[in-house]
Amino acid sequence: MIATHLPALQVVIPLLAAPICAMLRRGSHAWAWATVVSWTMPVIAVAILLQVLEGGTISYWIGSWEPPWGIEYRIDTANAFVLVLVSAIGAVVMPYARASLEREMPADRQVWYYTMYLLCLTGLLGMAATGDAFNVFVFMEIASLSSYVLIALGRDRRALVAAYQYLIVGTIGATFYVIGVGFLYVMTGTLNIADLAERLPLVENQRPVFVGLAFLTVGLSLKLALFPLHFWLPGAYAHAPSVATAFLAASATKVAIYLMLRFFFTVFGASYPLADLAIPALWIALSLAAIVLASITAIYENDVKRMLAFSSVAQIGYITLGIGLNSEAGLTGSIVHLFNHGLMKGALFLLVGGIAYSTGAVTVDRIAGLARRMPLTFAGLVIGGMSMVGVPGTVGFVSKWYLVLAAVERGWWWLAVLIVASSVLALVYMGRLVEAAYFRPAPASSAGDQEMPLSMLVPAWVLVGACVYFGLDTGLTAEVAAQAARGLLGTP
Amino acid sequence: MTASVLLPPALALFLGAAFMTVAHGRLRAAVMLLAPLAALALVWQTPDGNAGISGFLGYDLVLVRGDRLSRWFGTVFALMAFAGGLFALNQESRLEAVAAQVYAGGALGVVFAGDLLTTFVFWEIMALASTAVVWSAGGASRAAGLRYLLIHLLGGVLLMVGLAGEAQATGNLAFNAMTPDTPARWLILAGFLINAGAPPLSAWLPDAYPQSSYSGMVVLSAFTTKTAVYVLLRGFPGAEILIWVGLYMVFYGIVYAILENDMRRILAYSIVNQVGFMVAGIGIGTELALNGAASHAFAHIIYKALLLMSAGSVLYMTGKSKCTELGGLFRSMPLTAVCGIVGALAISAFPFTSGFVTKSMISDAAGQEKLMLVWILLAAGSAGVFLHAGIKFPWFVFFQRDSGLRPPDPPLNMRAAMVLFSFLCILLGVAPGLLYRWLPFTSTYEPYTADHVVTQLQLLLFSGLAFFMLLGVLRRTPTVTLDIDWFYRRLGPAAAAALGKIIGSAWKNTAGATGQATADIGGLIGRVARESVLARAQASGTMALFAVLMLAVYLVVEFVR
Repeated sequence: MIATHLPALQVVIPLLAAPICAMLRRGSHAWAWATVVSWTMPVIAVAILLQVLEGGTISYWIGSWEPPWGIEYRIDTANAFVLVLVSAIGAVVMPYARASLEREMPADRQVWYYTMYLLCLTGLLGMAATGDAFNVFVFMEIASLSSYVLIALGRDRRALVAAYQYLIVGTIGATFYVIGVGFLYVMTGTLNIADLAERLPLVENQRPVFVGLAFLTVGLSLKLALFPLHFWLPGAYAHAPSVATAFLAASATKVAIYLMLRFFFTVFGASYPLADLAIPALWIALSLAAIVLASITAIYENDVKRMLAFSSVAQIGYITLGIGLNSEAGLTGSIVHLFNHGLMKGALFLLVGGIAYSTGAVTVDRIAGLARRMPLTFAGLVIGGMSMVGVPGTVGFVSKWYLVLAAVERGWWWLAVLIVASSVLALVYMGRLVEAAYFRPAPASSAGDQEMPLSMLVPAWVLVGACVYFGLDTGLTAEVAAQAARGLLGTP
Repeated sequence: MTASVLLPPALALFLGAAFMTVAHGRLRAAVMLLAPLAALALVWQTPDGNAGISGFLGYDLVLVRGDRLSRWFGTVFALMAFAGGLFALNQESRLEAVAAQVYAGGALGVVFAGDLLTTFVFWEIMALASTAVVWSAGGASRAAGLRYLLIHLLGGVLLMVGLAGEAQATGNLAFNAMTPDTPARWLILAGFLINAGAPPLSAWLPDAYPQSSYSGMVVLSAFTTKTAVYVLLRGFPGAEILIWVGLYMVFYGIVYAILENDMRRILAYSIVNQVGFMVAGIGIGTELALNGAASHAFAHIIYKALLLMSAGSVLYMTGKSKCTELGGLFRSMPLTAVCGIVGALAISAFPFTSGFVTKSMISDAAGQEKLMLVWILLAAGSAGVFLHAGIKFPWFVFFQRDSGLRPPDPPLNMRAAMVLFSFLCILLGVAPGLLYRWLPFTSTYEPYTADHVVTQLQLLLFSGLAFFMLLGVLRRTPTVTLDIDWFYRRLGPAAAAALGKIIGSAWKNTAGATGQATADIGGLIGRVARESVLARAQASGTMALFAVLMLAVYLVVEFVR
């Protein structure tokens, strides 16, 4: 039965596909191969999600070795949802990649891009699927190393610097993570996540466990770009190839957030790291700082990709805020925003990539008056922007709604007011783009600018459409996120 | 009628606005007039009952709720959109025309919304569209429009948090009568009151509206404050605090209007004053008082628009709006003067005008409830209205000394709009039965008793007398009056600048911060965000340092707990 092997196939197929891709000599062949592979991924992921929703948690033993000795892939609603997000984004960006990359890099490098892309996909899906803390580290390294290459392939020389910085910081993050896992292993003698969850209560109040937790938290905070450990992100997103930015922004930080959820809630149990006020208070303070400061920085940023990157830092703040709130509504908000932000930031980066396709650099001044020349691109940008603000009817509203409910539930009215009021900041930075594109006169130099090719426009609009669809039909995402939240909290 | 064929009245205006973004010339003018008429038709064919969608985040949304109250406000809003469009036909700005139409559509959306979330959505559409109306005047309207927008966004934030709290507590979003007894409901009430122009933030209204164009202010005067009256009427009838809020607004409007020199600012303060009567009526909360508030809103929209059309015509023809620069215009603008006077009589509740048959319901309700103090204050307020709007506006603009200006009456469409609304002011005053038939709450009320007429005439006579006796004192000189907005227009930036100085000198690394002495709050935070070590692109070593620092923080937090 193939159905029982789906968790392994999800990771193994792109892993094996990558070296084959490297052997293809022509960019178009590599593209076709990578597209076929990445389009099978969401099929598998959705099948897994359906299995989980129907039959509960899946435990898959790699090589039939029984956990905790063997490596286990353990998939519940939370990571099944993340698998769907990552694989769906991975599939949607592929048709876009071809035209975009042909403009951005010479043909011989394209093969390497697709190879690294498949490895990155492998790593991200593996991090989400596996139930083994050390195996997470292995996949984290696969994903990180390949994404350094993806970023370095950007056409700008600054991409090299950005990739190098990301490499340094990413390595520190991964090292901290593995040190944290090491502490836990020393104390419990196991690396299996489910097993760790059972054994940790026995050694609960011992200092090495605290230290392990601290290393894990900081390591993952670096990976997920939680303020103030977000420095690597704007440079990396601004200078990577457009399609890599869209893919990484929508998926890479999200997987790290998933791991944070997994360690905070499943491994340590909701009662432990978030039980007393100190850590949640710190976590909420950092999240709010991310939301406010990164949004304001985005307002003053002139390079549109950097603006969206700072906006990502702010939006990650909303996700981590929900974690700090530590309740079903808060976690639902977190998880659903993890998904929703993937959709909307993916859409926005694809659209901006399409503008860059024509204009080269994308600054606020450069897009003045461009809405007339690229009506579809900017219509999508308006919808994506509305989603970023959290207008009802878009996905952005759904996430904020749950976060506000969670704040109100705790009686923290000030926090609820802050969450809603911070939307105004998003209104300002997205409004700047709209104002420039629609209301400013176009300079003569933009006469040759035109809409991106259809193969790029359609994927971008698929994500734009998803922002609206999942904003109206909230049954699917919000229900699954709520179930994932209950699973993490261990409540029925 | 089933939900499938039920069209929300707002749709007509939104489609009209969409069409107007591409149409030109006569076609655009035709849409500008026809869309409101189509909306009016839809208002009247909206049956009692609800239509909407269910299951949005687990709540039922009611996009269209038809009942007497919603049709009542819907009617006057559609009428207003029509007359406002007619008056604005010569307006060059396409942005203003489109924004005004969207704005009116938002107002119609609010009055037919049956749940809090739908209300919120249309509420925000109104906020954005009305800001665009202000901005379309260009020039000085930019800063005023921004202040206006920020205050309305703040109101929206309070409303959103409040409705989330309400949903959290009750599990549904239905928008029905509430009592302000939970924090969530207080937030909702505060959000509503900000749009009504209630204290302490009343100043947004006279700050922003007079910055709009001659035609923009006509539509602005109608929708924002009156949708606020509608939602208060729907949501908080009988909330006692509203009586006092309303009375404050009544006197706030009078005092500032008397001190004011700009004719359109006088009328802007007068909006706050008139809405105060309605809010007080809602606070009294009996059926008579609520009917009074609703019908006063109806009559007020018409006569205030009429007054502003008259003032707008003067501005359009002369380019001036200060009382000290105007005067004696009745010679060359007779029709504008007559229409202005009709509006002034109506706002003063002169018998046989619409104001008389509506306002007396509110004071009578106070009398019936034995609210002696409220009744007296309302009567005093009525006298004050005559003083500041009833006589002061027409006197200083059309009579007084001769300014030497001899502009003719405005173009045909503007005259037609004024005549239409003058006619309505008198029609409703002469035949109040037309109005009373459709009141939200069925009741019988007879405005023309000897007692009423005599009381009102006495009131008007004596305040008229007072006006001319005090003319020397009231004669306007170009002055500036201080209001709460001083705090955020002057004190706030000054304080921020001072703060900037302190932070700047303390923070030697951020060299630019010392130059912040004159910057406003936004600029200051922006500078900190851009230039501070937290947001700038960093060397890898700094990033590693931060990672270690964070590790230390976590360790300390965990060891000391």
